[in-house]
Amino acid sequence: MHLILFVVFGGFCLAGAINLLLQSHPINSALSLIVVMTSLAVLYLLLGAEFLAAAQVIVYAGAIMVLFTFVVMLLNAGREERTMGSRTWRAVGFPAVVAILAVLSTVILKAQGLGIARLSDGITSTADLSRVLFTELLLPFEVTSVLILIAILGAVALARHGAGEPDSGSTERTAGK
Amino acid sequence: MSSFLSQEVPLSWYLMLSAILFSLGVLGFLIKRNLITVFMSIELMLNGVNLSFVTFAHQWHQVRGQIFVFFVMMVAAAEAAVGLAIIIAVFRARATLAVDRIDLMKL
Repeated sequence: MHLILFVVFGGFCLAGAINLLLQSHPINSALSLIVVMTSLAVLYLLLGAEFLAAAQVIVYAGAIMVLFTFVVMLLNAGREERTMGSRTWRAVGFPAVVAILAVLSTVILKAQGLGIARLSDGITSTADLSRVLFTELLLPFEVTSVLILIAILGAVALARHGAGEPDSGSTERTAGK
Repeated sequence: MSSFLSQEVPLSWYLMLSAILFSLGVLGFLIKRNLITVFMSIELMLNGVNLSFVTFAHQWHQVRGQIFVFFVMMVAAAEAAVGLAIIIAVFRARATLAVDRIDLMKL
């Protein structure tokens, strides 16, 4: 059962990631990224991380991807164009990525003592997770909430800036010349 | 049925999947020419790394790895909010999303 679930959802995951690269329209890429994130949530559940599976669906597949699709539609982003840059980076990118993947897989396949995952392994309960999170790691947790607050304020300030000064774009362009 | 349920998957397969996802993210970051899709590739890389964190948390029976993934998710959410606001500001100023035309800081 574990093997079947791993193959099916790992396959979904890979197919979504490859589709993200092949699609030329951003909205199609965003939808394939949602497929990747949702199947990753199932893989987290197989590894016994129940809280993270829920958080993955809510935070990543929910909040972040809604933000992405919202921006794609707000900016009315069309198909991307193939340029000189895309051809050079295609020529440089493929060997670089093959090299990264080769190094990573050599390390992983040579590693000794990696265990196996079974369905009978049990799950890490949210209670165990929060016991560590709210005792030993309380300070980083609180700092994260400050970070989120600053991010909200920053996003509002950045989005308001352009609306407040309608001619900031033209000064930008003349400064560029 | 019991043999069916006791099938097991080596953890190295999970790590390989995570490595492949990360590499696909790097590839997308390099070859995509749309600012939003480049940003999505970064999210794909973060997700690939998160999978290996969860795998190692399972390997060592530690909850610290899972908590680290939780923090990565929070930082990714903050990063997405700020990054997309920057993308909107860039689009307002230059009316394009093609990374080849957003080259003010290039030498």
